[in-house]
Amino acid sequence: MTDFLNDWGLILVTFVPLLGGLVMMAVPKDSEDTHKAIALVASGVSLVLTVLLMIDFDYDQAGTLQFVVDKEWIPLINSGFILGLDGISLPLLALTVLVVPLVVVYSWNHIPEPGNAKAFLALILLLETGMVGSFVAQDLILFFVFFEVVLLPMFFMIGVWGGPDRKYASIKFFLYTLFGSALMIVSFLALYFLSAEQTFDMRVLSELGGLDIARTSQILIFGGMFMGFGIKVPMFPFHTWLPDAHTQAPTQGSVILAAVLLKLGTYGFVRIALPFLPEGAQWWAPIIAVLAVIGIIYGALGCLAQTDMKRLIAFSSVAHMGFVMLGIATLTDFGINAAIFGMVAHGLITGMLFFLAGSVKERYHTLEIKRLGGLLVQAPRMGWIMGLCAMASLGLPGLAGFWGEFPAILAAYQPAEMLNETLFRVLMVIAALGTVLAAGYLLWLYQRTAMGTPTEEFAADPEITDVKFTEWVSWTPLLILIVVLGFLPSLIFDVTNPAATTVALAATGG
Amino acid sequence: MLSTLLQVDALPFDKPGLDYYALLPELILVGTVVVLALFDAVKLERARPAMPAIAGLGLLASLIPLATMAADGEVWSMLGGAYVVDSLALVLKGLFIVSAYVVVLLSTNYMAEGDYWESEYYTLLVCSVLGMTVMASSRDLIGIFVALELLSIPAYMLAAWRKGDERSNEAGMKYYLMGVFASAILLYGLSLAYGLGGSTLLSEVGRRFAELGTEGVPLVTLALLFVIIGFGFKVSAVPFHQWAPDTYEGAPTPVTAFLAVLSKGAGFVALIMVTYFGFVTRSDVIEPAFFVLSVSSMTVGNLIALRQTNLIRMLAYSGIAQAGFMLAPFAVAGADPTASIQATVTYLVIYAAMNLGAFAVVIAITRRTRSAEIEDLGGLFSYMPGLAVAMTLFLASLIGIPPLGGWFAKFGVFAVLVDADTGIGWATAIFMAVNTAVAAYYYLKVARAMWFDDLPAGADTSPVRTPATLTFAVGVTVVATLVFGVLPQVLSNLTDFSSLAQGG
Repeated sequence: MTDFLNDWGLILVTFVPLLGGLVMMAVPKDSEDTHKAIALVASGVSLVLTVLLMIDFDYDQAGTLQFVVDKEWIPLINSGFILGLDGISLPLLALTVLVVPLVVVYSWNHIPEPGNAKAFLALILLLETGMVGSFVAQDLILFFVFFEVVLLPMFFMIGVWGGPDRKYASIKFFLYTLFGSALMIVSFLALYFLSAEQTFDMRVLSELGGLDIARTSQILIFGGMFMGFGIKVPMFPFHTWLPDAHTQAPTQGSVILAAVLLKLGTYGFVRIALPFLPEGAQWWAPIIAVLAVIGIIYGALGCLAQTDMKRLIAFSSVAHMGFVMLGIATLTDFGINAAIFGMVAHGLITGMLFFLAGSVKERYHTLEIKRLGGLLVQAPRMGWIMGLCAMASLGLPGLAGFWGEFPAILAAYQPAEMLNETLFRVLMVIAALGTVLAAGYLLWLYQRTAMGTPTEEFAADPEITDVKFTEWVSWTPLLILIVVLGFLPSLIFDVTNPAATTVALAATGG
Repeated sequence: MLSTLLQVDALPFDKPGLDYYALLPELILVGTVVVLALFDAVKLERARPAMPAIAGLGLLASLIPLATMAADGEVWSMLGGAYVVDSLALVLKGLFIVSAYVVVLLSTNYMAEGDYWESEYYTLLVCSVLGMTVMASSRDLIGIFVALELLSIPAYMLAAWRKGDERSNEAGMKYYLMGVFASAILLYGLSLAYGLGGSTLLSEVGRRFAELGTEGVPLVTLALLFVIIGFGFKVSAVPFHQWAPDTYEGAPTPVTAFLAVLSKGAGFVALIMVTYFGFVTRSDVIEPAFFVLSVSSMTVGNLIALRQTNLIRMLAYSGIAQAGFMLAPFAVAGADPTASIQATVTYLVIYAAMNLGAFAVVIAITRRTRSAEIEDLGGLFSYMPGLAVAMTLFLASLIGIPPLGGWFAKFGVFAVLVDADTGIGWATAIFMAVNTAVAAYYYLKVARAMWFDDLPAGADTSPVRTPATLTFAVGVTVVATLVFGVLPQVLSNLTDFSSLAQGG
């Protein structure tokens, strides 16, 4: 078993969804149930294999890559087909392969207009391959390929199955991201040609740690990566695609976008930008930290101004990703651990909130906050679930959200020694204020939508029912994890810590 | 200078040594042209149905000696180095012949169903391809010019093939006048190069240019600029691009595909030959010129493409922008000539696959929509899902999204630019990055129409049978686009020219 996992585990986890998508191509469009079954099986196989990998994973060696696959791919440019799993990748991989089957289950009776389950589910599977591949790729070019594979399916998902403004939102999403990745690939190439050893192997590049690359070059190359990853995160001021994309995307698209896609950006910072270009990272860290904190405050203020529930959740993503970026910008092991936890927590909580928004929309046919109200009366279970998620999102201790935000703020108190302590402490205070704002907008949202009595127009609407079976199936795992990780954060911190320490050491030139 | 000329005159006449094995692909093409012409003359109208098959078989047959020569891995040099068959020439010939075969596939039903002269069409087509294969081997000013005319003159006629249509006549006329004008400028440039270099052999010209040093700069610049301008027309680089959109739109669509891929490719091959085998010694002169040409092509082509509402015109302008990307490696020609050649040739091959594919889909779609207006493509995904998906793949590849071929093409160019580590290289790379994002907008506009928009009012969506030849063409190009993207090594092995001796 171990041998099999070592040789094939990661390859299968990555490509089984794609294979499922290909099989679906051969099945006629009308047999929707077959398509749903294939999608569930394909993403389920990925999940099971990941669980097996997690069982087999050597947690004492979480800082080193395991299950490494190293095959020749494009020898001309020294680029290999290299996959591997370590403490940073593992939680994100687990998050991805968990969310996708849940989304498929949710799709069972929620295929958005204009239908066509075949294309919709095939795109989700293609997305999964791209996302999983990005998290396990250990070669820059391979990473880039997977990173880009994600673009088109998401574009079509928003554009075909999205809301009224879907065309605008989808193209905006695409152009922003593509612009970032074009600069990113130039940076990768610059890194390749300037580094001491011409290779795209991330293991080697990480060890070299920017050796032989002049400080100015590092700063410039980091700048290119900053554009590529920063747009994806998204960081202020490149965030404007996000509210549009989220609001217009179908529920499933929003969930995947929030739960996984945004993490590709932050993961890129942790995995690639920081360890490969330490001096660049040190120069950029204060800028990133300032932008992150602006994002926290701006996102929170944006939330307070929203009248649409989904748009509000989207803006809250900007704020939450700000905490993640603040953690990364401290360049300490503490901050990076917090950032990875924050990624997972945000994925679970915001993913869950978007599921809820989708179900509310399905029942009320609107997400306008002032028309909603009294969810606790009409659909009490759903109301309570929403309450739990709102509490988790605002960072209530005992739930997962807390461990993403609190340590990030704490880490800013003591950033890496070459960074300006005063600046980071000021940022820490502002970020802490951001959590107060977060409590404000989330509780206000909850108050307006869940409490009170139902508005007249919906008071006697028979369509408004409580949580349905498929919703239970797709939501329960997320809810359990939100609570469990809230009580036992060490489940993740123990895995990430060795790898995060390595990254922090590399980034601070230690 | 005069003494050199006299010396050349004084040489005794040598019977040129020809290697018929190395010339076999060209000979087969000549044979095909003859068979096509004779068959037409003997059988008259009854010959029509057999013409595409004969042309196609002739093209495929000429691939066989190409393959065996590639397996031999030798270099055949004839006529004192004026005609060379090396790995570069073989790859380019293969590219031209395979692309031409795809064009024949595209033409088969299009020509048979429209009111066209068929026999002459295929004869001229193969003639033009013959010119291209000659171009791929020419290392000599005169050889290049002859090849250029051989490939251009049939193309002028093909552009005007829709005889009753004013636009097609306009297309042919514009293409012809512009082409001849460019030839004249080119010829002037070549004569200057000959005057300065004292030989028609590119390597010799390059050597003499290098010796001239700084004193010859004005004249050398003039000669090189004229040559670059002449070929600039052929590859439709800005500011010599004005003919392209009108010609592309007016010409029959298979001919447009031919012009956009093969004819443009031949222009690039000519540029590669003169640049890397001759003028590369004066990279101080050519690099800035190509920088301007490349950056203006990609920028202007993209900006105008943004506003197009017709798919074929959009592809024409996008082709101008793509030409800019292909010209980019020339802007760092001096740094690592072999790598630059490889980047451009790789781009050409991938561009041929994805662009021919796009045109194949356009032809298949217009059989139903009867229009190439982008708004008429609305809802295509609902009634022609296969073609819509194929078109989306080609568009995504043209944008450069992995894992489709286009990404590796762009990647190779980026790699050369960054590796050169010159100001021009970095500037071109940044321009290219920005332009890649701009280009995505108009390619996606098409995808958007196919996937997101509703059917246009009163559209007829009864299924239309796509002919087998067309389906095959789409299939071949889809597979090629995917393979080049997922396993780029397949291609980069072919385009590895490190063994090539150039620049004298």
